[in-house]
Amino acid sequence: MLSPLALAAGPASPADLLAARMQMGFSLGWHIIIACLGVGMPGLLLFMEWRAVRTGDADRMLLARRWAKAVGVLFAVGAVSGTILSFEMGLLWPGLMDVYGQVIGIPFAMEGVAFFMEAIFLGIYLYAWDRLPPRIHMLSGLPIAIAGVASAFFVVCANAWMNQPRGFELENGRVTRVDPMAAMFNPATLHQTVHMIIAALMVTGFATAAVYAVGMLRGRRDRYHRLGFLTPFTLGAVLSPIQIFVGDYAGRVIAEYQPTKLAAAEALFRTRTHAPLSLGGVVRNDTLHWAVEVPSGLSLLVGLSPSTLVKGLDQVPRADRPPINPVHWGFDVMVASGFFLLLMSAWLAVAWWRRRDLPRPRLFLWLAALAGVAAVVAVEAGWIVTEVGRQPWIAVGRMRTIEAVNPAPGLWGGFLIVLVVYLVLTVATLYVLRLMTRAAPVRAVAPQERA
Amino acid sequence: MDTAQIVLVVLWVGLTLYALLGGADFGGGVWDLLAGREHANRRLIEHAIGPVWEANHVWLIFVLVVLWTGFPPVFAAVMSTLYIPLTGAALGIICRGSAFVFRKVSTQWWQRRLFGAAFAISSVVTPFFLGTVAGGIASGRVPRGLATGPLLGSWLNPTSVFGGVLAVGVCAYLAAVYLCDDAVRAGLDPEGFRRRAIGTGIVVGLIALAGIGVLRLDAPGLFDGLTHRALPVVVVSAVMGLASLGLLLVRRYLLVRLTAVLAVTAVMWGWPVAQYPVMLPPSFTYRQAAAGPEVLLVMLIVLGVGALLILPSIGWLLLIQRRLPYDSE
Repeated sequence: MLSPLALAAGPASPADLLAARMQMGFSLGWHIIIACLGVGMPGLLLFMEWRAVRTGDADRMLLARRWAKAVGVLFAVGAVSGTILSFEMGLLWPGLMDVYGQVIGIPFAMEGVAFFMEAIFLGIYLYAWDRLPPRIHMLSGLPIAIAGVASAFFVVCANAWMNQPRGFELENGRVTRVDPMAAMFNPATLHQTVHMIIAALMVTGFATAAVYAVGMLRGRRDRYHRLGFLTPFTLGAVLSPIQIFVGDYAGRVIAEYQPTKLAAAEALFRTRTHAPLSLGGVVRNDTLHWAVEVPSGLSLLVGLSPSTLVKGLDQVPRADRPPINPVHWGFDVMVASGFFLLLMSAWLAVAWWRRRDLPRPRLFLWLAALAGVAAVVAVEAGWIVTEVGRQPWIAVGRMRTIEAVNPAPGLWGGFLIVLVVYLVLTVATLYVLRLMTRAAPVRAVAPQERA
Repeated sequence: MDTAQIVLVVLWVGLTLYALLGGADFGGGVWDLLAGREHANRRLIEHAIGPVWEANHVWLIFVLVVLWTGFPPVFAAVMSTLYIPLTGAALGIICRGSAFVFRKVSTQWWQRRLFGAAFAISSVVTPFFLGTVAGGIASGRVPRGLATGPLLGSWLNPTSVFGGVLAVGVCAYLAAVYLCDDAVRAGLDPEGFRRRAIGTGIVVGLIALAGIGVLRLDAPGLFDGLTHRALPVVVVSAVMGLASLGLLLVRRYLLVRLTAVLAVTAVMWGWPVAQYPVMLPPSFTYRQAAAGPEVLLVMLIVLGVGALLILPSIGWLLLIQRRLPYDSE
């Protein structure tokens, strides 16, 4: 049902809807990389600083100082790219905010408080480093790490509501009797928040380690680079197996509450027992072609028995199905990246257990550098699964995306401008971060470093 | 006072703080743009903004979230009708923030110039767009509903242009006033910023006066409110503006911060006092727009607990900023 307000203004054109979705997807997909580092880096940085202070180790302290500088840049870019998202909630999806803004507002208000704490204490932490005793300085960093994780939790709570909208009643197209806590803590909240926070920490670990893996590949095998590699990589390695279990749990919750999304992720058209796990392939004419199938795999994963009945896409009318190919491929890419990271973690664990050292083959460093990219790819693919998999709904079963989109003409123009600005921003951010890895102070420690 | 009224006040307090704190950071960018070869001024501005601008910026997010949670139809109407200037402001915010921090870590001259120019220009553009948004709402060009107002006329109109110019002027004025004291504490000569503060103070005062004429023709409802119910607030802003000029003339840099803040606060509060209880003129009131009482109550509790965490922390940050030696960077 279209809300009366949307009808009054005339619906948006399909082209503008596509532009709005691409703009949201693009700016969110961009922000999420920075946000992951914003969630994980402060904790990693504090750990490094703590070890440096405890051991009086100059290498560790230098790492902490340089990570702090990077966090300063990343936080600023994350703060502004996150602001754009809160603008876009209204610029692109006023229909959703008009009706449901109050239902999902509370987690955003909490996120606002957390964001405030991050910004305030980051100012203190970065600028007062040499003016506070080490212990107080580390304590001043603690709220940044806690608030970073809390922000991720609150924002993902709001996203979970879009998958499992509840905590309100509708009367004449307006919500009444809102229960903000029921809206915030819905069946999708637990698995989505835990999965995302672990993913953010893994991105931090593997992406930071990748920087030093590249350095080591270029011959800088000093203690500074080893520490810079091992500490964050260990964080990612510890979390990789846990994430597989959380993902498996998430899959089972989705099978129960959002069977259409799981069916799209597995390109399962027919409801059946002994449902196979399909890897890869392309969907054409409601059939999955050229996929590698694990017989009964999906039934086993969902219900631990081959005879488990798994709901397929035939359960919902065609108009209520998401685009299958991107969701299916997003899912497979996410899972594949996750297992690649798990294997890398196992490789390091075995080498460390046997020789207290990194694996000898140069290939390990190459793949470790790739792991930084893979962690980011996994997050992006996972978000494609959950966001594209939710289509055509913006709030599942309650409001379609087309009802929520801004009916004003010309969203295409806005999207193109935003695209150009983000491309420039990407180039500038990468350039500046690269510049910082070559900044002057490192010469004292790593003479090989090119100035 | 019911919960909706409290939320309305909280919303406006947030917006005022954004203007007073975040606005001054934009003003710093305006002076950066106009600093020419006076690089000492640029350094002072960077020194003054560096630790605090992100925290100051969060007030804008605060305002957005309180608006969409507390008065969702107003948020939806404003964002959808005024999406062009608001997209402009959003992009300005991106450019300002990232260019500022990029410049800070750059070492090469050309990089600093490039990022500096992006920082300074977006510091002018962003408050201008936000001011046009205010003008569009105040002159009753944003009707309720989704994108029901004119796409261009809602922000390209006399009141909006007045709002945009006034916003840039107020930002520049606040920054110049704040920087006088900052210059003294940094051991620099504050005369340059004193001259700028007096000049912008006079110009902004004249713009505000001329604006009353604009409002009379273009936004008669607001004009009526400002000349009747909100008249005391308007008088306070004028008196405080004149007092600030006097204090600048006698070089009382700390005290003038207070009077300038009060003058701008009065300008900010004149608008809602004039049009209360209407949120979207001519007739959409805060009561029609308000979210359910349960939502408003929970939000006030969340923000109250948040304030207990945030306000002391801000105090510590400002203390550290004040004590930061000028040469520490």
